[in-house]
Amino acid sequence: MDADDVQVMTLEAFADTIIPGERRSPDDRAVAGAAPGPGAVQAGALDLLRTPATGIVAGLGPLADALNTHATTYASELGLKLDDGVPPFVSLDYERRAALVARLVAPGRPEKDGWVLLALFSYMAYDSAAHVHTADAIAAGHPGLLAIGFGRPDEDGLWRYREHSYRRALARPHPNTTSSGSPA
Amino acid sequence: MTEESTDVLVVGSGFGGAIAAYHLAAGGARVVVLERGPWLSGRDFEHDFLLGSSYTRVFDFVAGDGMSVLGGNCVGGGSVVYFAALPRAPRFVFERQGSIGRRMWPAAIDRDTLDPWYDRIAEAMVVEQQTWDDVTYAGGLWAAACHHAGRTANPVPVGVDRDRCVNCNWMMAGCRFDAKRSLLFSYIPAAVAHGADIRPLHEVQRIARTDDGDYRVHYTHIDGEDYRIHTGAGTIDAKIVVLAAGAGATPVILKRSEEALGAMPHAVGRYFSGNGERLNTAVLNEDRVRDVLRLSRGGGLAYQANQVGKGPVVASWDRLDGSLPEYSRFSLEQLYFPPGLGTILAQAPGAADPAWFGPAKKEMLDRWKSWLIIFQMIEDDNEGVFGAPPPTGNAVRISQQMLGRGPLRYEPSPNTRRGWAEADAEVKDILERDGLAEVTAWTNDLVGAYTVHPLASCRIGDDPATSALDDRHELRGHPGIFVTDGSAVPGAITVNPALTIGALAERAIPGIVAAARERGVDAHYHAEVPVGVTSVSMAAPAMV
Repeated sequence: MDADDVQVMTLEAFADTIIPGERRSPDDRAVAGAAPGPGAVQAGALDLLRTPATGIVAGLGPLADALNTHATTYASELGLKLDDGVPPFVSLDYERRAALVARLVAPGRPEKDGWVLLALFSYMAYDSAAHVHTADAIAAGHPGLLAIGFGRPDEDGLWRYREHSYRRALARPHPNTTSSGSPA
Repeated sequence: MTEESTDVLVVGSGFGGAIAAYHLAAGGARVVVLERGPWLSGRDFEHDFLLGSSYTRVFDFVAGDGMSVLGGNCVGGGSVVYFAALPRAPRFVFERQGSIGRRMWPAAIDRDTLDPWYDRIAEAMVVEQQTWDDVTYAGGLWAAACHHAGRTANPVPVGVDRDRCVNCNWMMAGCRFDAKRSLLFSYIPAAVAHGADIRPLHEVQRIARTDDGDYRVHYTHIDGEDYRIHTGAGTIDAKIVVLAAGAGATPVILKRSEEALGAMPHAVGRYFSGNGERLNTAVLNEDRVRDVLRLSRGGGLAYQANQVGKGPVVASWDRLDGSLPEYSRFSLEQLYFPPGLGTILAQAPGAADPAWFGPAKKEMLDRWKSWLIIFQMIEDDNEGVFGAPPPTGNAVRISQQMLGRGPLRYEPSPNTRRGWAEADAEVKDILERDGLAEVTAWTNDLVGAYTVHPLASCRIGDDPATSALDDRHELRGHPGIFVTDGSAVPGAITVNPALTIGALAERAIPGIVAAARERGVDAHYHAEVPVGVTSVSMAAPAMV
C-alpha cells in the first residue's frame, strides 16, 4: 500500500469508529460495518478532514501514523495478530478500535487534542456536512443530515417554520416573577 | 512619526464595548472601537454549516484545559450569536459569597441599585415577554413536562422581534431576518451616528504607556477569511481605554501588557466563571409525550420539533430560591444547539462509557428530531485561571475560523460538581417521569466543561485581593483603563447574563465619562439610551 492509501484507510477507520456505518462493499476494510446505514465515512469525513479551512490537513499524516503506532502497541498488549495487508488500526475489529480511541481521548492524555479534532470533524461530516453548502447537501441526499432528520429549506435555501407552537399555556409561571418577566 | 490618537479606545464591540462607544461618542468624545472579528449584517448571515460561512466567521470556540469557551467574534460580539434571552439576575445572586468568604459583589451593587440600569438596557434592546403563542414546541414541551412534575415554568424575556422571527433556529450564525435584536440594531448604529469609528478585523494585542502618560494600544490586522493570518499592525494612543474583549480575552490582553504597564491586580485572569453551565439531552418518547402530556402538533406528531424555534424560550426557575444554600440554586432552560457542536458531547442513554461516539450514539442521532436540550446555569466556584498568553489573540487558532486552543484552566470544585449533580437530578426527575424521555448529561471528558457565558476573569469588587476592578470598573493600579464586559461580573448569576453585563456597562458609563473629563476630554454624560423600536411601539400612535 502506498502512503496515501494507508492514510486514507486509517482516517476512514477512525471516522467510522466515531460514527459507524455499513460497509461500502463486501471487501471494505476501513469501514467495520458496526452499524446499519451510512456512517461518517459515507457522509464525507475524508473530504472534510482534507478541507484546508479545518487547519488540520498538515496533521493528518502524523495523526494516521500515530494511530497505527498506537494500534500496533495495543495489539501487542492484547496478544492480537495484525493483518499485514491493511494498516494496523484498520486490522482491529470495531470493539478494539473503539477501545483504543476511548483510551486516546481520555482526560489527561497528553496528545489528546489531535484525536478530539479528528472526532469533531468526523461528527461534523456526518451531522452537519461542514464541507458542503447545507442546502446543497440536503438536496443531494446527504446521508447524515437525512438520518438525523434535518429539515429541508425553502426554495431560497433558507429555513422557516410557520408552525412552531402548541399555542396554549402549558405551565404556571413562577410566583416570584416580576412585571418585566424576570426572576424577582 | 505622528501617532494616531483618540480620546477613548474601546476594545471589542459586544455589550461592554458597544455601550461604552455609544455613550462616550454621544457625549462628545472621539471614540475608536477595535473589533477583531468581521462586520456582518442582515443578508451576510447565512443558513449554512459550511466552514467559512457566517456561522464560522462570527462564532468562536476556544478549547482550554477543563473549560471550552464559546462566544461571538464580530462587530456586535456575543449579541450577534446569542439567543437573546434577557432575564435579570435574581436578587440572591448579588449576595453570593462564592469561595472568598465575603460578599463577591461590591457593596454599591445589589438588585435594587442595578434595576434602574437594567431598565435602561432593557429599553434599548427592546426586551419583551413572550406569549404562549410565541413559545416554540420545544419550549412548550419543557413547560408541559415541568407542569406535569409539579413545577412552574416561565416564558423568558427575550430580545426577538416576534413578527419577524421565522423560528429557523440559525441564531448562532447571526439573524438573516433582522428579528434578533442584537447590538447591530441599537448601540452600534447609535455609536456610529455619533461619530464612533468602528474598525473590524483589528485585534488588540497589548497596551503600553506613552511618554505623556496616555495609553498606547497595539493591534494587528486580521485577514478577513483566514483569521490565523495577521496582515499588518498599528498603534493608537488614547487617554481612556475601555476593555471589552470578552471574559475569554480581556485578561489575556492585560496579562500580555504587564511587561509595559507593570503588574496587574492578582484577580486579572483568575476567578473565571463559566456561569455554571452544563447541558443535558433528553430523547423524548413521542408516544408518551402525546399520552402523558397530551401534546399534539397535528398531523399525528406529538413533538419531533428539536429543529424548530429560536433558542431558549422557556425556563424553570423553581430553584432560584434565595432561601436555599449557595451552590444549590440554578435555572433550567430549554435550548437549541445545532448539530456538530450540539451533538458530539451528548451521551447515548444506557451506553457504556465513553458514550459520546459509536453505534449507540448513532442510534441516538437517528432520533435527533425528538431531542430536547436543557441548559443548566448553576453557581460555580470561579475556578478558572488563565495561563501565559499565547503569541497573539486569546488562543492559538487551529482552523482558519472558529476553532482555537486557549490558556484557560478550569477544574470544577466539589461545590460546582454538586450543583451540576443536583441540576442533573432535577432534569431527570422532570423529564424521565412516566417514561417521557431518557436524559443524559453532555460529557465533560472531551473538551472539559463549556460555557457560552464566560464571566468574572477581571471582576469588580471591594476587596483588592479578589477583584481586579473597583466598583467603577476601573482597573486597580492602572487609572484610565476600564473593563465593561462579562469579565467584570463577579461570578455565576444562574441566568443568561447578557442583560446584566449590559446593565453593569450602563452603570459604569458616568464614571468613565468623569475619568475622561479629568484627562481633559471634552465629554459629558449623555444619559439617553438608543431608542429601540418594537412592533408594539410602531403600531402605537406617535406621542408628541
